[in-house]
Amino acid sequence: MTPARPIELVCPAGSLPALKTAVDHGADCVYLGFKDATNARNFSGLNFDDKAIAEGVRYAQQRGRKVLVALNTYPQADNWKNWTTAVDRAAEAGVDAIILADPGLMAYARKVHPALRLHLSVQGSATSHDAVNFYHQHFGISRAVLPRVLSLAQVEQLIAHTPVEIEVFGFGGLCVMVEGRCALSAYATGESPNCQGACSPGKHVRWEQTPKGMETRLNGILIDRFADGERAGYPTLCKGRFDVNGETYYAIEEPTSLNTLELLPELARIGISAIKIEGRQRSPAYVAQVTQVWRAAIDRLQQGKQPFRIEPAWMADLNKVSEGQSHTLGAYYRPWK
Amino acid sequence: MKLALGPLLYYWPRQSTLAFYADMAEAPVDIVYLGETVCSRRHELRLPDWLEVADMLAAAGKEVVLSSQVLVESESDLKTLRRIIDNGRFRVEANDMGAVHLLSGGDRPARNWVAGPTLNIFNPATLGLFADLGATRWAAPPEMSRQQIAELRAGLGRDVEVEIFAHGRLPLAYSARCFTARHYNLQKDGCEFRCLEFADGIPLKTREGAPFLTLNGIQTQSAHVHTLLADLPAVVADGLDILRISPQGEHTGQIIQLFRSALDGLIPPVDALQEAIPLLPEAPCNGFWHGRPGVEQLVIH
Repeated sequence: MTPARPIELVCPAGSLPALKTAVDHGADCVYLGFKDATNARNFSGLNFDDKAIAEGVRYAQQRGRKVLVALNTYPQADNWKNWTTAVDRAAEAGVDAIILADPGLMAYARKVHPALRLHLSVQGSATSHDAVNFYHQHFGISRAVLPRVLSLAQVEQLIAHTPVEIEVFGFGGLCVMVEGRCALSAYATGESPNCQGACSPGKHVRWEQTPKGMETRLNGILIDRFADGERAGYPTLCKGRFDVNGETYYAIEEPTSLNTLELLPELARIGISAIKIEGRQRSPAYVAQVTQVWRAAIDRLQQGKQPFRIEPAWMADLNKVSEGQSHTLGAYYRPWK
Repeated sequence: MKLALGPLLYYWPRQSTLAFYADMAEAPVDIVYLGETVCSRRHELRLPDWLEVADMLAAAGKEVVLSSQVLVESESDLKTLRRIIDNGRFRVEANDMGAVHLLSGGDRPARNWVAGPTLNIFNPATLGLFADLGATRWAAPPEMSRQQIAELRAGLGRDVEVEIFAHGRLPLAYSARCFTARHYNLQKDGCEFRCLEFADGIPLKTREGAPFLTLNGIQTQSAHVHTLLADLPAVVADGLDILRISPQGEHTGQIIQLFRSALDGLIPPVDALQEAIPLLPEAPCNGFWHGRPGVEQLVIH
């Protein structure tokens, strides 16, 4: 079945080169953030200033593609102005939509920039049609990005009960926690995705070779220890090995990536509007690889040739850039829960 | 200043739960939040049972609030949510935006409600907006500091009751995955209700044996027990309205009594903390209140 409207491929751009790479390899939309805490990938060396955004918008829009700006963290009383200024800057740059989580900020954007299209960020933690419709009723959101927690049947049910376009994650690093509902990093380091746009931030990370192996610590807390020959991963705190009742294992989640490529026909059938690729912190080479595979897959699906077939080379290419070189269907696969 | 008993975050056997709330009817707590907020598979008490507990507590003079589930996934979850909201007797704490939608109109009459700690209300604009939609009380996210809460209130310019998370293991994260089932190599759908075995959740330690987190089904908590007992002078000075105490496996009544006694000037807050420490399942922490990593314990003199 060919969907009524083509599924949009939404790709990450942590830098101007990544943005151009995404556009060149077939992204319909790119999403990006400013160089500050107003977005959930507030990492040093990443993101856009006004000049880069202007050039990125020109590059994408000249080629018929869209630019979405993520302003998806939660402002507080003392820094509120930074977020409203960021909304203004995005609007002035002529972006196609902004991706927000905070209701107060949505109200601001709706009032000051009534023509600007609003998307609900995954950080808004909206997992039901009642939640999505709340943002639609009050702020007129056009699209919602769903947290990676629902089954296909639940997503289908949600889509059936809302006028809002639904975007889901297709590929990339996997938050095992509900996005917007995780303060683990704040607990360990004082910085959280919700408020500082950072999880397990690099400045708190320590790598230390010890007689017991390579140890990775986050603000002094031992996240994992690797034997010689084991590949030592970044100490994202939910992806470490811990001791529970005398057993040491990945108690929360293994280092792995989400990959829903095999579900693409089902996602199209239930009426998904867009597929998001995670990874603004990744290199342009990652963006090229992943964008290219998903573009080819979506194009094949939408040409309507039956049956839809996944090239083994696509999966191999995606696995190469996966965290831990492995992938999972996440919550779409019941046993994962 | 009022004391509130937060919703029971663990899964206790039916008789233990009923006995616990019978005790709470006698405890010096003003407000009791009731209901299952963590996992829809937990059915030792169903809504009619919770409503019976609510009636018993209300008859004992407590203000009762029904708390909604934090992570709503299925149509069945939404039906339960509607039944809670339409209970007809008790105020509701909204813990997700679906609950806010239903409480503030949606397809039902608007009413007044409590904005729960998982709504991510971090600034005056957002709280003001929810106040316009009927929220008369705001339970601040536990990760907010004293200063951030004070700044939000200063910017709000209207009256909304403020409640802070004052005692208990911090509810830090929620997932579609059940970490308790995972520990037993079980799927969530066939979890054998292992949560029933752990009145305070399952301790998770680092590989060098340091307590770090607590697994409680789909919820992850801190290992350390956030407590503001020693910080009460600052809490009182700020004029906050309500302190939330989260139930723990044992000694919840004594903890409540220590808070009440310290607030009433019967015992110095620093001494109250010292008396509480042997009653805690793990060492105390208070970093969030001080704008620090939550795990830290800042010593109050």
